[in-house]
Amino acid sequence: MVRILVAKPGLDGHDRGAKYIARALKDAGYEVIYTGIRQTPESIVVTAIQEDVDFVGLSLLSGAHNELFPKVVELLREKDASDIIVFGGGVIPTEDIPFLKEKGIEAVFTQGTPIKEITDFIEKRLEK
Amino acid sequence: MSEYKTINEKKADWEESTLKKVLDRFPEQQEEFVTGSGHPVERLYLPSGISEEEYIEKIGFPGDYPYTRGVQPTMYRGRFWTMRQYAGFGTAEESNQRYKYLLEQGQTGLSIAFDLPTQIGYDSDDSMSEGEVGKVGVAIDSLKDMEILFEGIPLDKVSTSMTINAPAAVLLAMYIAVAEKQGVTRDKLRGTIQNDILKEYIARGTYIFPPAPSMRLINNIFEFCSKEVPKWNTISISGYHIREAGSTAVQEIAFTIADGIEYVRNAIGVGLDVDSFAGRLSFFFNAHNDLLEEVAKYRAARRIWARVMKEKFNAKKEKSMMMRFHTQTGGSTLTAQQPDNNIVRVTIQTLAAVLGGTQSLHTNSRDEALALPSQESVMIALRTQQIAANESGVTSTIDPLAGSYYIEALTDRIASEAWDYIEKIETMGGMVKAIEKGYAQKEIQDSAYRYQRDVEDGSRIVVGVNKFTVEEEPPKGLLKVDPSLRTVQVEKLAMVKGERDNIAVTASLKALKKGAESEDENLMPLILDAVKKYATLGEISGILREVFGEFQESIVL
Repeated sequence: MVRILVAKPGLDGHDRGAKYIARALKDAGYEVIYTGIRQTPESIVVTAIQEDVDFVGLSLLSGAHNELFPKVVELLREKDASDIIVFGGGVIPTEDIPFLKEKGIEAVFTQGTPIKEITDFIEKRLEK
Repeated sequence: MSEYKTINEKKADWEESTLKKVLDRFPEQQEEFVTGSGHPVERLYLPSGISEEEYIEKIGFPGDYPYTRGVQPTMYRGRFWTMRQYAGFGTAEESNQRYKYLLEQGQTGLSIAFDLPTQIGYDSDDSMSEGEVGKVGVAIDSLKDMEILFEGIPLDKVSTSMTINAPAAVLLAMYIAVAEKQGVTRDKLRGTIQNDILKEYIARGTYIFPPAPSMRLINNIFEFCSKEVPKWNTISISGYHIREAGSTAVQEIAFTIADGIEYVRNAIGVGLDVDSFAGRLSFFFNAHNDLLEEVAKYRAARRIWARVMKEKFNAKKEKSMMMRFHTQTGGSTLTAQQPDNNIVRVTIQTLAAVLGGTQSLHTNSRDEALALPSQESVMIALRTQQIAANESGVTSTIDPLAGSYYIEALTDRIASEAWDYIEKIETMGGMVKAIEKGYAQKEIQDSAYRYQRDVEDGSRIVVGVNKFTVEEEPPKGLLKVDPSLRTVQVEKLAMVKGERDNIAVTASLKALKKGAESEDENLMPLILDAVKKYATLGEISGILREVFGEFQESIVL
């Protein structure tokens, strides 16, 4: 069973998108864990490793993504857990996406993305 | 002599003949029509046969109980709503410039957006603040920042709304302190603090303390302001964020009023007289795209609140029964795709708020699904309100949609469904209990999920997102907050800490701690004393965290 952690780093309380994605991925047949709001990158990484997940989906709408998303990837590497695939979403300006990808966030899904695009990404990534 | 027929008999005839002929050949676009919130809409609404007595009881006159038609007897014929754009970003200096710009452009009130660390009681140098300083609003660490924020803005001339909840007492204290430095006494201050913690647990997320001490802080503010800052709106009970989290229109007003009931009950519980504080309660609602449903929603909300205050809490003063509210257009209705379309959405929502009788309005900017709004976008948003006010004509008569068969039927239906929710929550023991059980959160989430599924399967159309899409270039000219801002803010903070009288700060924090530990002391004067000595927001919130503990979210999925 594919396990996915949906996580909200930073202080932003906008969790509508994160909760929708969590529920929709569950409906699509994945095992989903949702962290709740206001998680530090450190606590997200601890949960990801403890729960032995395959993917971490980060959601952030406050604009702190350039600081916090790469930190999650970095910490996963430090803990020898770089096999966990990180993707993200929220209010992310297009011009920030290349930077995030360079930092190891494999996909960024912004507002209005159909859920199928996310499941396609997950399936394709699993084939690799 | 022709045979007399009732409207309903005539309707049956019409359905059998005129309508059927057309339907047989041209079926309607959908099997079932629903409102923006997913409630069924009939093909045609007919006169309800309301008696004069029922009219007076349910609808009445503007400025009279139950205020369905509005809270003032002349509404916009007397004065337009307050045009109040929510703004703030980066440092106090930058935000101060934006406020002055908005005031020059004819805005009539200020609305302060604080960054998330400020809203959750962390200083800019706290490790929890990483990446968030100055992002969604202005960073305020101490009175020093507040002095800069309002530099050159006379606080006896403007009314200021502050979106601050868990640490509302601290920011209000800072505002009072800045005013006094300007030579403006407390009794002249006009404005609002959001101070609505219950919806933070339900939908918005910037809580700090558990419900009991949070309710105590709110009572302390009610009591302090009723004596010291009589023109201040002590709370803005907010449905806005409940709706943004995905609720229906009915849930928005039902949960907001249930929150209101909890605040009033609590304040009465600690011995406050209902009429001493209820007149300063204000509300805050959303405006989404279903124009007529929104108008009916505001009318229903006023009617329900009036009845709650009169019948449940025996309020005597008219002001205590009047639901005055601010409206903001719906952020979640804006699309990142074809952002200029958002100007049109905001225009519809503006009309909804105005036709619904709002007291003040924030119109969102077209680029808000992408970033913080640019100055140009903010101007279009403000102009939208000015056009509605000065050119559309809808302001010339009061509650112009009253008497529309549909509007009145919808108002009744929304009111009755909202009552069902309110009664259900009361049976659970009130909103705090309902939140602890995750009830409100779950109801909202289910609605949000249904809505998104409908968008995904195309049964609900969002222009530019799942229909009428185009390939577009990424937008240009978005406002970006300088990431080095945190360093600047941290340096400023260190300077304040170096310059202030640290012995006095420690003493004031000690006194605050002692006050917090004794349950019946009003904390407002103690907080005011601490901020005047330049104790920081993080230090004050830290002391209260020690005594009160922190709220833990119960995750509902």
